[in-house]
Amino acid sequence: MAEEKKPAPAAGGGRANTKKELPEHFKAYKHVWVAVEIEHGQVHSVSFELLGEGRKLAEKRGVELAACVMGDDRASLEEAAKACFEYGADCVYVVQDPALKHYRNETSTKVLTDLVNTYQPEILLLGATNLGRDLAGSVATTLQTGLTADCTELAIDDEGSLAATRPTFGGSLLCTIFTLNFRPQMATVRPRVLAMPDRQEGRTGKIIEFDPKLVEEDVITKVLYFIADRDTDKANLPYADIVVAGGLGLGSAENFQLVKELAEVLGAEYGGSRPLVQKGWITSDRQIGQTGKTIRPKLYIAAGISGAIQHRVGVEGADVIVAINTDPNAPIFEFAHLGIVADAVTLLPALTDAFAARLRVNRLAS
Amino acid sequence: MHIVVCIKQVPDSGQIRVHPVTNTIMRQGVPTIINPYDLFALEEALRLKDKLGATVTVLTMGPPTAADSLRKALTFGADRAVLLTDRYFAGSDTLATSFALSMALKKVAEEFGKPEIIFTGKQTIDGDTAQVGPGIAKRLDYNQLTYISRIVETDLDGGTIRVERRAEGGLQVLETKLPVLITMLEASNEMRRGSIENALIAARADVVTWNAQAVGIEDLTKCGLRGSPTIVKKVFAPTARTEKAQIVEAEGKADARAAALVEAIFAKAPAVESDLLENAAQHYV
Repeated sequence: MAEEKKPAPAAGGGRANTKKELPEHFKAYKHVWVAVEIEHGQVHSVSFELLGEGRKLAEKRGVELAACVMGDDRASLEEAAKACFEYGADCVYVVQDPALKHYRNETSTKVLTDLVNTYQPEILLLGATNLGRDLAGSVATTLQTGLTADCTELAIDDEGSLAATRPTFGGSLLCTIFTLNFRPQMATVRPRVLAMPDRQEGRTGKIIEFDPKLVEEDVITKVLYFIADRDTDKANLPYADIVVAGGLGLGSAENFQLVKELAEVLGAEYGGSRPLVQKGWITSDRQIGQTGKTIRPKLYIAAGISGAIQHRVGVEGADVIVAINTDPNAPIFEFAHLGIVADAVTLLPALTDAFAARLRVNRLAS
Repeated sequence: MHIVVCIKQVPDSGQIRVHPVTNTIMRQGVPTIINPYDLFALEEALRLKDKLGATVTVLTMGPPTAADSLRKALTFGADRAVLLTDRYFAGSDTLATSFALSMALKKVAEEFGKPEIIFTGKQTIDGDTAQVGPGIAKRLDYNQLTYISRIVETDLDGGTIRVERRAEGGLQVLETKLPVLITMLEASNEMRRGSIENALIAARADVVTWNAQAVGIEDLTKCGLRGSPTIVKKVFAPTARTEKAQIVEAEGKADARAAALVEAIFAKAPAVESDLLENAAQHYV
């Protein structure tokens, strides 16, 4: 349903609305905020990644960085606040209420909207997780402000505005989006797009308690229970050290087995490009790229993947990208660190054997 | 029961090409499809229709040619198609889109009865924002249920619905009151085939077509580019890394080339080599 904005004409027709003055009542809006994601007492690491980036934005703007934590349990909220300080927050808004035991759109939207209206931040960042996207859309609509989803880069431009870059047109190009005349400027970023900041043990800041004035009886939506995923065969691509992935160059669903075999020898997670999900070769939780998982492994091996932009933005955080492709002009060679022009179907089994042999030899030597 | 499914006609993403010199999208000849995520929403609506009895209206905002996608939805079994089209909607971001659609949905409620459930897909494949569904829910004050993998039970008499929602690490089982806006998770069901009978009906069906005025939008500054708080300032292709990929030029058979690649990988990523060796050694002990 989302309507992507058409790009402005390249030349001649400069947009009339790009140069408007910020309305007077928005000028008081100050500071950078991260809405922290907590479920089952645990802070999602995307919130710390956002604090790392928020720190840079706040310093560029000469303002404070704040985190908002909400939940029902005092101990886990205090632990979350401590972690937020150590990952760079100057200030933490703590919202404690029994009605905030589980995430619900209704309660969280009310709390975050009230917080924004009370304390008036200029920038509000959320994780582009199911929770963050569910919440961000509601909050932005309530506040009638701009929201840019799934950003791959955040910056402050020369005029002090948030420049939010994201893929567009199904991931074939990038665009930079601004919210010039409304506040706060909102953006979501997917897990692992941003680097995890260093934790500064003992760093601290100020806590502001906020009474959300929630009454459970007034909340329409109830969480009946939670069915935890069984851990078996659940991909943890975003946080894997080594990832092996395949693309259409593998030719068939059967050949995808070659990717799994290499992954097994390396103790790696495996995944694939978007077309493989559409073809049913892999499940969507193993899709790597803009609309799938973003990864930051130490080593990423891409076999038979051409490297469209929507794939590229999901893997660029890898320390070493290795491309195997028959086409020497494939875009993946433009951002890989190491490449080999070869048919993945022939090379993968040989590569699996070569790794196995190498690891075995060294094991015997030790 | 009245159900509305919001769909979007999108370019088939697999066939989008970017002009290598001008970095513009080459739209010519790119076929359009119903946003694939919306088909899960449509199928779920049709299943409720089969089970409980319902009228299913499909709604889209887009150019006049988006009527093709509405007719396609009718062939699957939807009962009514509504097209919201106006040049004033051009350049809408998600906030302006949810405004226009919410006005159209109010008009749908007036004309054809208030929908108890509005469905959307979880996101589109061209915009990928997942923001319009929540935007509509907020504007119409519908209870919002996103990333729904299963509708467990719909109690029309009691006015309640129970669903399973995809969350971090598991499924939330939620119960709430109708009316609701549901965004369906992918792979939650499998789209039925359209029937020949429906295809014949769809070909001749009237598509209800409304412009901004028809749905009661008086303030056109809330529409399109002017009604969009976000401004796209720059569209560009990412630059290649300054350092070109090191190409392993080994000749010969696959095993010789693979061995050369392993050495090159370990040379680039010595930390990976030591991790792997340490692991291998531990397994040996």
